[in-house]
Amino acid sequence: MINFQYLRTTSTKSALSLLTKDKNSKFLAGGTNLIDLMKRGVTAPEKLIDINHVPLKQIELVGDKIIIGALASNTAVAENALVKEKLPLLSMALNAGASAQLRNVATVGGNMMQRTRCGYFYDTEMPCNKRQPGSGCGAIGGFNRMHAIFGTSDKCIAVHPSDMCVALVALDAVAVLTSAKGERKVLFKDFHRLAGDTPQLDNNLKSDEMIIRLEIPLNNLAKNSNYLKVRDRASYAFALVSVAAALEISNNRISDVRLAMGGVAHKPWRLTASENFLKGKEPSFENFEQAAKLAMTDAKGFGENDFKLQMAPNTIIEALTVAKSKA
Amino acid sequence: MQSSDKESIQGDSRRDFLKKSSLITAIALTPSVAVKAAENQADERFAELFEKIPLNITVNNKAYKASIEPRVTLLDYLREELHLTGTKKGCDHGQCGACTVHVNGERVNSCLSLAVMNEGKKITTIEGLANGDELHPMQAAFIKHDGFQCGYCTPGQIMSAVACVNEGHTNSRAEISEYMSGNICRCGAYPNIVDAIVEVSKGGMKA
Repeated sequence: MINFQYLRTTSTKSALSLLTKDKNSKFLAGGTNLIDLMKRGVTAPEKLIDINHVPLKQIELVGDKIIIGALASNTAVAENALVKEKLPLLSMALNAGASAQLRNVATVGGNMMQRTRCGYFYDTEMPCNKRQPGSGCGAIGGFNRMHAIFGTSDKCIAVHPSDMCVALVALDAVAVLTSAKGERKVLFKDFHRLAGDTPQLDNNLKSDEMIIRLEIPLNNLAKNSNYLKVRDRASYAFALVSVAAALEISNNRISDVRLAMGGVAHKPWRLTASENFLKGKEPSFENFEQAAKLAMTDAKGFGENDFKLQMAPNTIIEALTVAKSKA
Repeated sequence: MQSSDKESIQGDSRRDFLKKSSLITAIALTPSVAVKAAENQADERFAELFEKIPLNITVNNKAYKASIEPRVTLLDYLREELHLTGTKKGCDHGQCGACTVHVNGERVNSCLSLAVMNEGKKITTIEGLANGDELHPMQAAFIKHDGFQCGYCTPGQIMSAVACVNEGHTNSRAEISEYMSGNICRCGAYPNIVDAIVEVSKGGMKA
């Protein structure tokens, strides 16, 4: 690892001022992704600002929203009684990700900021438009079994690796960001970006901003929530396809529904068309099948990942079926 | 390195070499930094780059004071500086769990934590688990159930297993497997590891 300057801070204000003082500096939270990337030479910040002592670890109910600080650990959120009761989808998604050791350290903000696990991004000998804009994409025409089937560009077909973010986009979470100019709120679905012509940008966080908390509105989806992750081994692997599914059922009709997919796009992929189709309908297998079909309208395989074109709708149907059956 | 004299001579020259070579490496790998440094406030910039950070840390109930480069991981600090080599370096990328230690009672991968991030924290390694000659119940259970073959992953498995029990994630064999999935065993001792954890969790272990 190339050495760097290390600074510790205890307030958002000083964190922001340190960040803007030096261009090539980065915040260090859990470090489970950043330190790995630095070891591999994928990134080499000159300065790390350790923000672990900034008081942003709250998990609380305020009015009709659950507020989660950006530095709350993945374990703290997943095991929190309030989250388990009101937002079980989030708890399930978090527990489907990484390992117990990593979740103890990884934070909410860090999870949002984690980089793709595309092998070409990690291998500094390979071309990658995300790591080195203009160098090409190794995955297009290369090993792309883990790669995207939605919203791809001719520059990048990497996927966002998070499980937590799939649940958050389904739950209509709002990310609160702050800078010297004050706070701004971004809908979770607008936080991450599609690769387009600028795959080096994973999200819309500006270089002078810091994620400080999430605000998640309460809902009536807790009972019939399910996070289904399909992967190469039973645990501790990134998703081939994952589906966050949550239903509110009254009088055998779907009154509210949330669907989002992971492992299929450069951002957590909300299935709005499928949701709109299901609203007001019976929670039947036929309707689930139809919703899954709708979700796949613009899907496109790249060879090795063609199996996802069948795995994705199957996973949607199964996730909805299990969500519905929860009593 | 046989005699202590020889060791100190070799140690010194080795350190000198590393000092120089790390400087050369830095110039080679970070041209922008080095060029900036050469052009501007060279001395100050290099001083900053290779600045050592003070560290106060408690490992296995013993307090240590150190001065280390920020890039040193907790794993390397434990193994290379404190010579606590029970904690293993497997993948060094958070994928295998061989480096698992407890930080303030919680299990973490020490390979993905910078030592300086652990200022003021209490670390427990496999060396700190036994009470003198008396094995920790989890260590005894691993022996009883043959929870290892080559043994390389075992310190990490045991540290993770103790945490797994303390967290209460031992309600079924499936739950144990799920919450132990961050520890890879290439010999495939998994069923025996689960047996050991089941036994300890039923015995009402105190960490």
